[in-house]
Amino acid sequence: MGELNNVLGFPILSLSIFLPLIGAAAIWLFVHNDQAVRWSALLVSVATFLVTLPLWFSFDTSTHHMQFEEFHPWIETFNINYQLGVDGISAPFILLTSLLTVICVISAWECIAKRIKEYMIAFLVLETTLIGVFAALDTILFYFFWEAMLIPMYLIIGIWGGKNRVYATVKFFLYTLTGSVLMLIALLAMYFEAGNTFSILALMDYPFSFAWQFWIFLAFLIAFAVKVPMWPVHTWLPDAHTEAPTAGSVILAGILLKMGAYGFLRFSLPMLPDASQYFVPLMVGLSLIAIVYISLVAMMQTDLKRLIAYSSIAHMGFVTLGTFMFTQQAVEGAIINMISHGFVAAALFLCVGVMYDRLHTREIGDYGGVVNVMPVFAAVMLLFCMANVALPGASSFIGEIMVLIGTFNAEPVHLGMSTKWVAIAAATSIVLSACYTLWMYKRVIMGDLTKDTVKSMPDMSVREFAYFVPLILLVVWMGLYPLPVLDVMHVSVTHLIEQATTSKDAVAQALAQGLPPTGMH
Amino acid sequence: MTLSITELLLIPALPLIAALLTGIFGWALKEKLSHLICCIGVIAAAALSVHVFLQVLDGASFHGNIWTWMISDNFIVPVGLMIDRLSAIMMVTVTIVSACVHIYTIGYMHGDPGYSRFFSYISAFTFSMLVLVMGNNFFTLFFGWEAVGLFSYLLIGFWFKRESANVAAMKAFIVNRIGDFGFAIGILAVFYYFGTIEYKAVFEAVPALVAADFSLDFMGWEVSAITFMCVALFIGAMGKSAQVPLHVWLPDSMEGPTPISALIHAATMVTAGVFMVARLSPMFEYSEFALAMVTVIGAITAWMCATIGLVQNDIKRVIAYSTCSQLGYMFVACGVSAYSVGIFHLMTHAYFKALLFLAAGSVIHAVMAEQDIRKMGQLRKYMPVTYITMLIGAIALAGVPPFAGFWSKDMIIEATMVRDMGWASEVAYWAVLSGVFMTAFYTFRMFFLTFHNSDRVDEHAKSHLHESPKVITVPLIILAVGAMLAGWWGVQALGITNAEMANNYFGSAIFVMDAHNPLITLEEHGSHGWYHFIFTAPFWLAIGGIGLAFFMYFRETTHPARIAATFPWLHSFLLDKWRWDEMNWKVLVMPARCLGNILWKKGDLGMIDGKIIHGGIVGTVLAGAAKLRNLQTGYVYHYAFAMVIGVFGLLTYLLLGS
Repeated sequence: MGELNNVLGFPILSLSIFLPLIGAAAIWLFVHNDQAVRWSALLVSVATFLVTLPLWFSFDTSTHHMQFEEFHPWIETFNINYQLGVDGISAPFILLTSLLTVICVISAWECIAKRIKEYMIAFLVLETTLIGVFAALDTILFYFFWEAMLIPMYLIIGIWGGKNRVYATVKFFLYTLTGSVLMLIALLAMYFEAGNTFSILALMDYPFSFAWQFWIFLAFLIAFAVKVPMWPVHTWLPDAHTEAPTAGSVILAGILLKMGAYGFLRFSLPMLPDASQYFVPLMVGLSLIAIVYISLVAMMQTDLKRLIAYSSIAHMGFVTLGTFMFTQQAVEGAIINMISHGFVAAALFLCVGVMYDRLHTREIGDYGGVVNVMPVFAAVMLLFCMANVALPGASSFIGEIMVLIGTFNAEPVHLGMSTKWVAIAAATSIVLSACYTLWMYKRVIMGDLTKDTVKSMPDMSVREFAYFVPLILLVVWMGLYPLPVLDVMHVSVTHLIEQATTSKDAVAQALAQGLPPTGMH
Repeated sequence: MTLSITELLLIPALPLIAALLTGIFGWALKEKLSHLICCIGVIAAAALSVHVFLQVLDGASFHGNIWTWMISDNFIVPVGLMIDRLSAIMMVTVTIVSACVHIYTIGYMHGDPGYSRFFSYISAFTFSMLVLVMGNNFFTLFFGWEAVGLFSYLLIGFWFKRESANVAAMKAFIVNRIGDFGFAIGILAVFYYFGTIEYKAVFEAVPALVAADFSLDFMGWEVSAITFMCVALFIGAMGKSAQVPLHVWLPDSMEGPTPISALIHAATMVTAGVFMVARLSPMFEYSEFALAMVTVIGAITAWMCATIGLVQNDIKRVIAYSTCSQLGYMFVACGVSAYSVGIFHLMTHAYFKALLFLAAGSVIHAVMAEQDIRKMGQLRKYMPVTYITMLIGAIALAGVPPFAGFWSKDMIIEATMVRDMGWASEVAYWAVLSGVFMTAFYTFRMFFLTFHNSDRVDEHAKSHLHESPKVITVPLIILAVGAMLAGWWGVQALGITNAEMANNYFGSAIFVMDAHNPLITLEEHGSHGWYHFIFTAPFWLAIGGIGLAFFMYFRETTHPARIAATFPWLHSFLLDKWRWDEMNWKVLVMPARCLGNILWKKGDLGMIDGKIIHGGIVGTVLAGAAKLRNLQTGYVYHYAFAMVIGVFGLLTYLLLGS
């Protein structure tokens, strides 16, 4: 391990990982009053958010090397290390996590009636694991956080969820666990093949032969595809979303869904470039299914949360499509899309939460004419619906148009057709997203007041409005001025594409024949 | 000479600031303050636009970037302005009509609970439209394009308690999005082939691209790159400008308050497609196919919507179909490479069509929100100003000299006549020519039924009949002046119809190949004396149309009923608007919903969850677990293990299958 690149000279990543955990422990031990629990949870989450801010302000956009690095030997026998660091791809997600956790804590203020203390603790622990996943540079550490994340999420849905929560939690747990098991096998296989290393950076450089890459890619694919989720392993998501409490859905859509795509970017592309290229047709096919098939399914949903869940899957189709196009615009677009979706889907779930808190139903048919009694809320929801259909000026437009541009210009080797047709097929989302989003908006928000239950809905409180404000600002800011965010990722993405388009198989072949390796940097 | 950037930026900024103020603080503002803020913002923008226009006439222009929107590798999206004679005339038209509509709205929306919201929307719309016309690249165009679509959606659904308004708003947005799908693909292709999305750089690179003869395979057809781009972009124009088959949203958009029918769905937003084609003339000129498509689609729309207009009974729908039809005329003009004439018609149409709508709004206001012309009649006695101004608008639309519509429409027909594009221009010529007769007929049918004929106003409404207040009549008078003089002014003072691009008003803002330019041929024919219209067919067709309307509708006659009874099938076919809505419902909406349901119920729930997960994997596990129960292991790992194998097997199957 060479010199650690950490401008701050301070373990800021460790602090942001463990601050929520320490806070959770403190709340568990010392805070017993419900109101005090709320305030202390808020304090901890805000403090964590502030701690993560230097990742933005002190970030060096000129290098693709890991930054804010930390390194401590952990289990030396197996060469497992506590190694942390972020680049332009992972840094934005840590900020997204710490921000959304604050919003989750505020959103749960009143609507969680039972066991508020445990609820807040679960969220803080979840934050620890999520930041850990994005900061880990050791595969076992990564795997540890990846798995640990399931426990608080499982509890959040299982304890504070809706009527069918048991079914949903078991389904969620099993799907994710299945993928994780395969990922663990893949990680171990790579460990032995690459000469006893779990270091992500080392694995990126190790020349795996194509045969190795093929099987490891498949194992990763299942693990990540479940998380994204990609068709056909997506059916756990609508169930999990519908049963989860509002804040659970927010974190699920905002962060958990990003981990799969992050996995592709962090593991599959740089470590398995040849296999990544080889599987482009499959990935393109599944992405297009997500965009078209899932959009049509979304249109027919009668449950608000289920509709937004399906819409999430469709939007993640853009992310996986962009990821596997290996062009600067497409990959950056995919990342922007992930961040943007973190704002927009989170906000839409919060919108549903606001309505659910009033009427305790998610059925679209139970609403109608909400604008009459909740005009401010209607305006806020309209803004996020328009962001959901990727109207220019919203962050999602930037992501989607960049994916489309990148796709149209891509030339993947193994795709038997022009990517132009892929881009055109993906662009149908312009129409389809408008269909399901606006139809939903019309049925829920517009119309005359005919239902007595709706008449009694009060407009948003200041607290409710407060957690939409940062999301509104971020969606518009990233929609009009995405340059700072793009700046953070430019160099890292360029480097990633270089990795993903440089064959390792050739190097592996050469090494196997005892020839001097060529084409390696 | 370059224009002042501050002045240029103020033009869109003022309406935007006004919109934000009234939008955010609307709940606290009194009616008077709301309209004061927005009217001042827009009138100031109009004044500045006129100032800019005068400078542009003196040869000033502006081209520059002010902001960078996106950068990714070689994909750079600046935000910049391109002010030339084309954008200048659009800015003037947009802001003046918008200012009139703003003032009119003070009277029309008085007392509405959404008063400041309405003002906020129309000011924001004005901002968006200005971005659309002032931008210097495809992304600013697209931004404005989508933003005007958003405000159109919001304003059509302004009275959100009405189910029909909500449906119309949604329909407008979705149909527009179908067009935007084409537009977006066009932008993707532009970037792919040119590596830039700035107009100037793209236009300079077009000849080289055409010379290089790039082509792509489209479902077995060889399509040249330029044709692909132009057709895709034109699909966007078809959506926004309501051309067949994407015209279905425009008549329904009449659910919105009348001021926005005038501003958005007649004068400005719907003409954005025409503006786009004219702006992109350096591209369209190189694609014979795209030009032919523009001509034919425009001609079909012009003709078809005119036939529908003949029998409609809703005063706003008559004018709405007329708008579709006139937009078709503008596209025909662009298609035959007479872009300057197309924009000229856009401008004259903006004045007289806004006038007609606002006058119709004045009528609707007077007769207690009745829109059915069968329940009007003899209104001239009660509302003289509305009567006179609407007469001016009707004459202008019918195309009688010397009013505005004549000058531009006549040029379109003549240009179509002399331009030889094979059957496309032939079809277009007969369509626009017969359209003149129908236009004159339906306009005056509507006019006579409203203001003459017999008095059919019901008693309740009659007790309220009165002329509208000044805030409504003054904008009518301003627009009436425009409807009278804009045509003459365009031809005589600006020289919009001059043949040589050098002395044409637009100069280099529009590009026309000499071989295409119908205006040159027209000039060679000579004879453009003031009296020459007497010798042209359009003039006599217009007179004939008015005459027939006079004969049938000026007094109460039985002719209309008799004719309808003689051709019942034709009458109901036209009354049902050629049954486009029914067809779209059966061919698009229902199948999409069914497919969505099938994919959900059969695909997700039936196949994936039901058969594979529950039936296959979980079933196997449970059966296995029953046998293995004495081993006393937990369920969870069995589920997990079975699912590993199942998912793995499924993916392997998919892989092998692909």
